[in-house]
Amino acid sequence: MNRVNRSALTLDRALWWGPGLLLVLVLAVAPLLFTDFYLSQVITKALWLGIAAASLIFLAAYVGMVSLGQVALYGIAGFTMANLVAADGGSPTAWNPWPATGVGILAAVGAGLFIGAIASRSYGIYFLMITLAVGVLTYYFFGQVTQLSGFGGVNNVTRPGIVSNPVTDPQNLFYIALGVSAVVYLFVRYLARTPFGLALQGVRDDPSRMRALGYNVPLLRMLAFGLGALIASFAGIISVWWNTRISPGSVDLSRTIDVLVIAVIGGLYRLEGAWVGAFVFAALDNWTRGLDIVGQRFNTVIGAIFLAIVLLSPGGLMGIWQTISDFLGRQLSGGPPARPTGAAGETQHATDSPQPS
Amino acid sequence: MSEAASVAAPDRRSRLTAAPAGTLVLRAGVAVVIAFVAVWVSYKAFGDPRTFVIVGLNGLTLAGLYFVVASGFTLIFGLMRVVNMAHGSLYMLAGFFALELQTTLTGGEATSAFGSSQAGLGDWIIPLVAASLAVGLIGLVMQQLFLRWNQGQELRQALITIAIGIIIADQTLAHFGGIAESLAPPDAFPESVDLPFSNLTYPFFRIFVLMVAIAVGLALWAMIQRTRFGMIVRAGVDDRQMVSALGINIQLVFASAFFLGALLAGLGGVLGGTMISVDKANDTQYLLISLIVVIIGGMGSLAGAALGALALGLVDSFGDVYLPAGYTNYSILLIFGLLVLVLAVRPLGLFGRPA
Repeated sequence: MNRVNRSALTLDRALWWGPGLLLVLVLAVAPLLFTDFYLSQVITKALWLGIAAASLIFLAAYVGMVSLGQVALYGIAGFTMANLVAADGGSPTAWNPWPATGVGILAAVGAGLFIGAIASRSYGIYFLMITLAVGVLTYYFFGQVTQLSGFGGVNNVTRPGIVSNPVTDPQNLFYIALGVSAVVYLFVRYLARTPFGLALQGVRDDPSRMRALGYNVPLLRMLAFGLGALIASFAGIISVWWNTRISPGSVDLSRTIDVLVIAVIGGLYRLEGAWVGAFVFAALDNWTRGLDIVGQRFNTVIGAIFLAIVLLSPGGLMGIWQTISDFLGRQLSGGPPARPTGAAGETQHATDSPQPS
Repeated sequence: MSEAASVAAPDRRSRLTAAPAGTLVLRAGVAVVIAFVAVWVSYKAFGDPRTFVIVGLNGLTLAGLYFVVASGFTLIFGLMRVVNMAHGSLYMLAGFFALELQTTLTGGEATSAFGSSQAGLGDWIIPLVAASLAVGLIGLVMQQLFLRWNQGQELRQALITIAIGIIIADQTLAHFGGIAESLAPPDAFPESVDLPFSNLTYPFFRIFVLMVAIAVGLALWAMIQRTRFGMIVRAGVDDRQMVSALGINIQLVFASAFFLGALLAGLGGVLGGTMISVDKANDTQYLLISLIVVIIGGMGSLAGAALGALALGLVDSFGDVYLPAGYTNYSILLIFGLLVLVLAVRPLGLFGRPA
């Protein structure tokens, strides 16, 4: 590698990490910069929606499984936790919120492994359909089973003391959501370099070759789905703390689509995109609620944006940023493009859903 | 040519997709579950044959409706590999549009909540035809504008149809309000029929829906197996490029198939809107039903759609009644169980073939 290329590479990295670091710094002092309302209703919400989207992007980008069941999995975590602790005015068998949270996460992972075991032998669009069907079934399940929820949902859920009141005192929950987001991000980035993570990426690229190499492909995909469920369950738990309630409406088809929209707006194949998309989504949601024309028709607006993104920039906002930073990198270094396989290459590759052969 | 295809297909199917995990244990487990369900249902049936007949008919007629909707979904997928996620929204749009049209035609007198009244024959047929054609055209426009130039990109096409589905559903509710109501069936139909060998009566319209479903199934089968268009469709499923290389205008075939598939969603919407009701939750509900029917039956297979619809309709209808008292609200788990059972043995569905 010659000198020009190396400097281009550094510049390229700077263009990626610079804005990222700036964003993290701004977030770290966000409670000083924003009103309580904005901190809670936009930023904290964006963080947990981002975690949910990250579970989708992790599966899509690293394992090649586009799952529409992530919202159902976070719902399972949330409903389990909400049913164990005191809610709706208290129950005699109420648990302490922390063990309830743990059990909620375990329930989601268990459900994820089970669903993964069934769905992992299907690929591409079939997998998407099966997870979507399971997700919608979960919504109907919680709607029907009044012992666990019913359409009214579980209200006034007791939260751990550290969360305090998410409306009047949103700082703590904000920092929790930020911390969990950071852990999830770093964990997935780390995982991608481990042998297990590399095996997952091998499965994404060519399942039959991995099978020929002796890997148990369905098992790997099942475990990956369980990991995705773990990440999703964090979002579910934080959403219950944030809402202080959970209802079937929190896991319905439109919420599933919201999370998909977030992932696609951010960029379905870049982990950072999860939070970028979530911020855009939450800010847009908050902003359009004030407008008379779109107030009631938010879904049409989001549908149109979603359509535009899918048609014009399949890489999402991160794909657009990648194009810009590649361009800047080329201009500033004056050398050849540092990454011949830029956004276009990556998206191209990832859009091909692997087929069993 | 058709004989060759039908002979070759089952052979290839069994060789490639004989489930690797379909071990003896798994199959024994599935057999035990099926045997248990059979014993339980026959126990209940002998205890109360009248309920069994009525619930069974409910299941069959529901299956008819499900088949009409899902056959359009599977037709589009089978030919173009497009998962039309807007299918449920199209269903809902047709229902609300037909209801609005009927209310206008009858001056708002015929429709009352949950089908207690009847409308003139024309006041039912015109909305049926208009809504089905309108929804078919919307499907056609959708395919021409957004899907045609993304052919082969399955995921992208699915995302596009999701986005369009959101917009259609939202605009439908914005224009038609979204209050649950049902269309009035035509007064030329008897309200109910007497069942033979018993003193039971059963709503005629539900039987009519079943007959329509059988007619649709036979017509689609005849079209696919016996006409030139169907031959092109079958060839297109197997090798799209070869078909267009032979000088056949495959784009025309794609457009017609998409029109027909969307039209069937519309037809289902009007039938379901008369048989049950139109409702603002229809989009999710019928997308789920289409998905489950084709996942069970195997994507792109007409026979699979029929079998899947039958299984789903019967499970739906018996689950609500035959579960032990106090557990009937867990009936959704039975549908989940059905899905798990089929996928455990055949990951591509009962009649599924690898893409």
